[in-house]
Amino acid sequence: MSSEPGGADADDATDTAVDTPAAAAEGARDAAEHPLVVEGLHKTFGGITAVDGASFSVAEGSLTGLIGPNGAGKSTTFNCITGVHTPTSGRIRFRGDDITGMAPHAIAQRGLVRTFQIARELPEMTVLENMMLAPKGQAGERLSYAVVPGLRDRVVEQEEELLERAWQQLEFFEIDHLAEEYAGTLSGGQRKLLEMARALMTDPEVVLLDEPLAGVNPTLEEKLLDRIHELREMGNTFLFVEHDMDVIMNNCEHVIVMHQGSVLAEGTPEQVTSDERVVEAYLGGDV
Amino acid sequence: MSSADADADGSSDATAAPGGATAGDPGDGDNGRYVSGWTPYREWFRDRWAQGGAAAWGTALAHLLVGALLFALVAGFDLGSLPIGGSLIWFLYLSLTVGVLYVATAPPAEPYVAWLDERWMESDVDKLLIVLGHVVLVFFVFAVALGLPFNGLVGALASVFFFTAVYAMMVLALNLHWGYAGIFNIGIAGFMAVGVYVMAILSGSTDPGPASVPGLGLPLPIGILGGVVAAALVGLVAALPALRLRADYFAIVTVALSEIIRITLKSTALQEFTIAGITTGTGGATGITMPGNPVRLLFYQSFDAGAEPALLGSVLFPLLEGLRVTLIPPGSSWLGIVPLPAFTLDLAVEPAVIANLAYVLVLAAFVALFYVLLVRTGNSPFGRVLKAIREDEVVAKSLGKDTNRFKIVAFMFGCGLMGLGGILWQGSQGFTNPGAFRPIITFYIWVALIIGGAGSNTGSVLGGALFAGAIWEGPVYVRRVVTNFVEFGDTPGTFPAAVAPLIEGKVLPLLSFLLANVSALRFILVGVILVTLMQRRPEGLLGHRKEEAAAIPLTRPGGGDGDGIGEPTAAADPVADGGRDDAADGGAR
Repeated sequence: MSSEPGGADADDATDTAVDTPAAAAEGARDAAEHPLVVEGLHKTFGGITAVDGASFSVAEGSLTGLIGPNGAGKSTTFNCITGVHTPTSGRIRFRGDDITGMAPHAIAQRGLVRTFQIARELPEMTVLENMMLAPKGQAGERLSYAVVPGLRDRVVEQEEELLERAWQQLEFFEIDHLAEEYAGTLSGGQRKLLEMARALMTDPEVVLLDEPLAGVNPTLEEKLLDRIHELREMGNTFLFVEHDMDVIMNNCEHVIVMHQGSVLAEGTPEQVTSDERVVEAYLGGDV
Repeated sequence: MSSADADADGSSDATAAPGGATAGDPGDGDNGRYVSGWTPYREWFRDRWAQGGAAAWGTALAHLLVGALLFALVAGFDLGSLPIGGSLIWFLYLSLTVGVLYVATAPPAEPYVAWLDERWMESDVDKLLIVLGHVVLVFFVFAVALGLPFNGLVGALASVFFFTAVYAMMVLALNLHWGYAGIFNIGIAGFMAVGVYVMAILSGSTDPGPASVPGLGLPLPIGILGGVVAAALVGLVAALPALRLRADYFAIVTVALSEIIRITLKSTALQEFTIAGITTGTGGATGITMPGNPVRLLFYQSFDAGAEPALLGSVLFPLLEGLRVTLIPPGSSWLGIVPLPAFTLDLAVEPAVIANLAYVLVLAAFVALFYVLLVRTGNSPFGRVLKAIREDEVVAKSLGKDTNRFKIVAFMFGCGLMGLGGILWQGSQGFTNPGAFRPIITFYIWVALIIGGAGSNTGSVLGGALFAGAIWEGPVYVRRVVTNFVEFGDTPGTFPAAVAPLIEGKVLPLLSFLLANVSALRFILVGVILVTLMQRRPEGLLGHRKEEAAAIPLTRPGGGDGDGIGEPTAAADPVADGGRDDAADGGAR
């Protein structure tokens, strides 16, 4: 049960990786890896089963979409992966390690970083402070390094590097003109950009995007998607939870459809949309 | 400045002047906050005042006269035969009216306010100097009004700066908890008590005499270190289970812990006990003797009351005790024609005051140490994570920060500093008992933090200074000044007895009653200040939480300004500008 979907994904992912212009023989080999694997995930809240045996995997360097109607268990799956909820049963593996039930910060430190559906900026911190919070392995996060004179020099050095990176990232997301503003004064769309930029400051291996386009207007949506594609070409891996079928179908090379807590179908957008069960259960007359 | 100019221009521009004055009101953000019914009157008054000359003074005198008549009617004075006390009340009334007029009609004060405002923006050091300078100024006025000698002034200042320093330390430590990490600690007094008592037990004399319990007699630095570590460990004990709770429940845990500590220290069970052949204890409700204050050893050869002066003392005491500068010697005259009165500037300071002042200097050094430590803590990645926890702990976790570790480390660090602050405060007084660690102390420290502004380290020090000067020591001196000038006779013992004479038109008994209870009135003062602050400036004086949490200034690297580097990106990507606008639209929906 657990190995089957993994095997199928590997083939799909290899195909798509070869399709992308950047891919070389080396890229094809990497794509065979699946950094994130979910196996038989169950989560119940009291008598309600939110996730009922979901299994899927995310291929290296892919932009994988996770869709499903309301109540399909997408968010719960998401929260189980990121450690917010502890699964009732099932396993979540990241780079081969079992991360089931780990604390959210421990999972994030391994390189599995999430964004939030409703952008959660830190309002009374500036955009730059928001950005510089994120990077891992900051020496100055130890009180002794922050305070003791000799050790602090290293912190200052590191801060300079981080500041440089933060500016670059802000420029990439085109919000560098807001760098010194308080994050609380940003507009909804700018917060979404900040949120994604901040997540990327952690040098994540896999980014879990929880409806990054919810409440975003079409122009900004295009911009966000452009950024995601650019980042994917640079080698980032994305798992993308989204309601909007069109967005998923147009942008993801691999789609997982959830329904009533389990995976109903997965494959390329074409495969999924032609799957009768999916059309019945979710798409209805839309497609 | 602009409004002052407008006023100086005189009557031709009279209508514009009030507006100018209002708009020019420097940076206090007072605009539009006046009670609406009051504003037209105020503007009318400013208008008249701005015209200068007869119009201004006529208006002012008319106000004085109307006020005086009302006052006389209310107070029921027989205008023909004023009692001597009454005449002083009149004097008080007149000065009060003039003062109110002065403040209400900002123009005369404006150059000064503008100067203050300018200096205020310069740097944190200026802010501190301005506040401390005003404290010195006000106490100088008090000293003059009381006819205190120079020694008295120095003594009063040493006292107010002692409280300034200890409150500044405690508020700085609290600011780490609340201003940075958002940890709601209302058990400060408990952590202070742990620090002080552990220090006292470790370093207390093994043979303290019959009145007190013996300590372990260890050297003072070990005692202080032990006290600080113990306070931090108690902080750990509180934090481990309690940081899983929400902020408000955590607050309940801390205040309960603080009371548990105080009541434990008070209990007879621990008053004196023997462990492994060593007898020590907390002294119970009677309290515990502190080890001698080492600053005293700078001046005296021992801690005893009648000790001989040590080296520094033997040099300084005679020098300062006899410091009188004769400006005009007796028998001198101007050009040999006009005889001048003899005048000697008396700058003598007594030994006890010198020792107090020296300790205040030591405390100032500790405040500086606290400040540097906490600024470094705040302006670092560590402080950044604390701020993030305050803002949204889930976000900090989702970015891979082990928030519990940060909270525990920050809480222990703050508690250790509170222990040290307690030692420097209560531990320096020779003797303390559990009564010194009632929860009210915690709330005083909170009030000082709220005045200064949570999130700002400079604000914490200012809050400590303002609390100590304006709320703690100030009212007592006001009472001393007033009682020095007004003869009250018998002070009524109860509030009804103080209010009843009002019907007969006698205000003095009430005034006397209020002044006699000035220390209780401080609570009302605290309340009034808090309500006003919450309405007008909820973030406190400096608490914009503006101090950036980074070890370096967060500006664009390479020194270029934002536009220089930003533009090429925008030019390269034609969508950029449109995207920005849309982003703004997205938020507006």
